[in-house]
Amino acid sequence: MPEIKELVKGLADKYGRARESLMPILQGVVLENNFVSDIAMTEIARELDIATAEVYGTATFYSFLDTEPRGKFVIRVCKTITCDMHGKKRVIEKIEDLLKIKMGETTQDKKFTLLTTNCLGWCHQGPVMLVNSTPYPSLDENKVTEIIMEYMSK
Amino acid sequence: MAEKIKINIDGIALEIEKGTTILDAAKSVNVKIPSLCYHEDLCVAGNCRVCVVEVEGRKNLVASCAAPAEDGMVVKTTTPKVRSARTDIISLLVSEHNTQCTTCYRSTNCELQSLASEYNVDSERYLSVLKPNIKVDKSSYSIEKDDSKCVRCQRCVRTCAELQHVNAITVAHKGKDMKISTFMDLPMNDVVCVNCGQCVTHCPTGALTERRYYHEIWDAIGDPDKHVVINTAPSVRVALGEMLGFPVGTRVTGKMVTALKKIGFNSVLDTDFTADLTIIEEGHEFLDRVTRALKNGEKVALPMITSCSPGWVKFIEHMYPEHLDHLSTCKSPQQMFGALTKTFYAEKMGIDPSKIVSVAAMPCAAKKFEANRPEMKSSGYQDVDAGLTTREIGHMIKQSGLDFVNLPDSKFDSYMGESSGAAVIFGATGGVMEAALRTVYEVVTGREVPFKNLAITPVRGLEGIKEATIKLEKVLPAYSFLEGVEVKVAIAHGLKNARTIMDQIKDGKSPYHFIEIMACPGGCIGGGGQPIPTNDEIRKKRIAAIYAEDEGMPIRKSHEVPEIKKIYESYLIKPLGHKSHELLHTHYKKRNRY
Ligand code: SF4
Ligand code: SF4
Ligand code: SF4
Ligand code: FES
Ligand code: FES
Repeated sequence: MPEIKELVKGLADKYGRARESLMPILQGVVLENNFVSDIAMTEIARELDIATAEVYGTATFYSFLDTEPRGKFVIRVCKTITCDMHGKKRVIEKIEDLLKIKMGETTQDKKFTLLTTNCLGWCHQGPVMLVNSTPYPSLDENKVTEIIMEYMSK
Repeated sequence: MAEKIKINIDGIALEIEKGTTILDAAKSVNVKIPSLCYHEDLCVAGNCRVCVVEVEGRKNLVASCAAPAEDGMVVKTTTPKVRSARTDIISLLVSEHNTQCTTCYRSTNCELQSLASEYNVDSERYLSVLKPNIKVDKSSYSIEKDDSKCVRCQRCVRTCAELQHVNAITVAHKGKDMKISTFMDLPMNDVVCVNCGQCVTHCPTGALTERRYYHEIWDAIGDPDKHVVINTAPSVRVALGEMLGFPVGTRVTGKMVTALKKIGFNSVLDTDFTADLTIIEEGHEFLDRVTRALKNGEKVALPMITSCSPGWVKFIEHMYPEHLDHLSTCKSPQQMFGALTKTFYAEKMGIDPSKIVSVAAMPCAAKKFEANRPEMKSSGYQDVDAGLTTREIGHMIKQSGLDFVNLPDSKFDSYMGESSGAAVIFGATGGVMEAALRTVYEVVTGREVPFKNLAITPVRGLEGIKEATIKLEKVLPAYSFLEGVEVKVAIAHGLKNARTIMDQIKDGKSPYHFIEIMACPGGCIGGGGQPIPTNDEIRKKRIAAIYAEDEGMPIRKSHEVPEIKKIYESYLIKPLGHKSHELLHTHYKKRNRY
C-alpha cells in the first residue's frame, strides 16, 4: 500500500522520528484514514525504528485511535451516567434505526460507524454525541434525526 | 557519600541511604513485605498494590515498592488495615484468575498461589470474573502464553523492553480489557520474539511458561526400540539443585548424572564436550579471519561474534540482518552435539541413528526453537529431538521419585562425555571468551595465557559490557604477523547490551576483534529455562559455582581433552575441515524487523 507508506513518511517528516512523535503520527493517520491499520502501524514502527508491539499498545490504549476500519463519519454517543440519565438510550435507538446498523457497526457504504464513548465533559447538556470531532449536545430523537439526515446528504 | 536518613519499621529503628524504597529498607532488617509486580531486575511499576503498608500520619496506604522512605517515617507493615487491604487485593486478583493450580505447571512455584495461601483467600468473597474462552497460545516452539493466568503485573513487558530491547509484548487496551499482547495479538510464533524466555523467568505465575516436551521424552524412554541420549549443558549442573532441595549455588553434577541414568536415559553425556569442540572450531575460525585480514589483507568481517546463544542469534537475524557475517559460523554446542550424536556416536556405538532420540538439557527456552530450525538436520535426521529446560529436568526427576539429595555421584558416559573446565565456564557470561582465549593464546604463542591459575578475571562478572586487551608476544613462527598485536575483546550479556555492541559495529566504530554475546543477563546461568526465581544475588551464586567447577576439573583447556583430540584424529581430521563444515557449522537468515 504505497499511499499509507507515503502518508506515514510524510507525517514522520513533519513531526520527527523521535519516540514522542508516535502520538501525533497516529493521530495524523486516523485523521486521514479514520483508523490505523496493521500496515500503517508497521510503517510507523519502521519510520520511528521502534517495535510494532509498542505502536499497537499505544494505539489500543486510546479509544479515539481506532485500530479497526471505520466509516467516513464516526458517531460516538456518550454512555456515561449523566447522558445515560438524560436519555442516551433513545438517541442510540434512533440512530440505529436511521442507519440500519447496530452499536459498534459500520454501514455497508462505509459512511457511518456508531460507537459509544465515555464522558465528553458536556454533562450539563446531555445527552451528547460526537460526529468525528464535532460535538452535538442536548440531543433528542428529532434533533438527532436532523443531524444524521444532514450527514447522509454529505 | 549518600545522605543517611532514619526511619522506623515495625518498631525497628534503622538508618538507610536516602532514596531507598520502604520495601528495600524493610528487606534490610528482614521484614518481609509481600509484593507481586515488583522485581529486582526491573523498573518499579507500582501497579498491583500488594505491597501496601501504613505510614504514620498518612491517611492512605502506601505502595512500599514505589515509595522512597523519608526521614522520620514510622512504617507499620501488618496492621489490620494493611492486612485487610492486601486480602482484598489478592482476592480481586484471584477473582479474575483461572485458578487451576492442580493442573498448573507453576504450582508450588507461583507468587499468586503463595500470596493467596498466605492470606488464606476465601473463594466466596468475590464472584469469578474470569473472561471466558481464553485460548492458550502454543504457536511458538519455545514459549506458551496463557492469558487466563495473567495478573497483569507487566513484569514480562518490562523484561522484554528493559533487559532485552525486543518489545515483543506490550500492554494493549485499558481498564478491564487491558491485556498483555503481541502486535495485533498475533501468535507468539509470528512476531519478533527471540524466544529467550526471560519473560517466563520473570513472570510470577503460570501465564508465561516454556513449551514442554518432556512427556514425549518419557514415552521415548519407555520405548525399548529407542536409544535415548541426553547431554547436559554446563549451567544446568549449578542450578538444578535449587529445584530439588539444595541451596542456590550448589553443584550437583554427579547426582544429576546418576538421576538421569536412573530415569532410564540410555546414555548421559556432556554438552561440555561440544563446548570444547566449539572452542577448537571457533578459535580456529577466529585465527583464520585474523590471518586473512592481517596477513593477506583480505576484507573479512571483524569483530567476529560468538553464536552459541540461539536467542542472540535470532535477535541479530531480526535486528541487524545486514551484519550476519560477523557471526561465527559455528553451531551452538547443543546443535554440534545433536549432529554428532546421530553420526559419530551412532557409528562408534553401532546404533541405527533412526533409533536414536537425542535430548538436550538446557538452561534455555530458545534452544527449543533452535532444535526445530529447518537447517539443523545435518545428520540426515532432526539433529536434536528435544531441548528440555532445567525446570523440565527438575520435574522429571521429581516425577521419578528419586531421593535426589542422597543420590551418589556418577560420571558421564562416553563417547562425548569428556570435557575441560574451559567448557564448564560457557555457562557464565564471559566464559566462552575466557575458554577461547585459553586455547587461542596457546595456539599462537605456545604458552598458557598469562593469568594466575588460568583465571582471566577481566572477562568475569556481571557488568553489562566487559572489555579486555591481550597482547600477543613471542608468538610462534607461523603467526609472526601477530607479534605485538593487541587483541581486543568484549563481552555482552542481556540483549540490551548486545544492542549497544551492534550499534557500534553498525556505525563502523567497534574497536574489538572478538565479541561474546549471550542473550540472557548473566549468561546461561541466568537463562530463560533456569529455576525461578532468578535475580543478581542468585546469578552471582550460580556463577561462583561455575568457576568452582572449572577449578576442580583436571583439564582446564579445551585443546587438551583426550576425547577431543581423538575425534579430530579419527573423524573430523582437522578444525574447519570438510567434516566440520558439514556437521558443526551453519548459516543464518535475515528475518523481519517490524
Ligand atoms: S498461575 Fe499460580 S495461582 Fe494460577 S493456576 Fe497456576 S499455580 Fe495456581
Ligand atoms: S521470549 Fe524473550 S523476546 Fe520473546 S517475549 Fe519473552 S522476553 Fe521477549
Ligand atoms: S504474563 Fe506474567 S509477567 Fe506478564 S503481566 Fe501476566 S502475570 Fe505478569
Ligand atoms: S456524562 Fe455524557 S458528557 Fe458527561
Ligand atoms: S509490588 Fe508494589 S505495587 Fe506491586
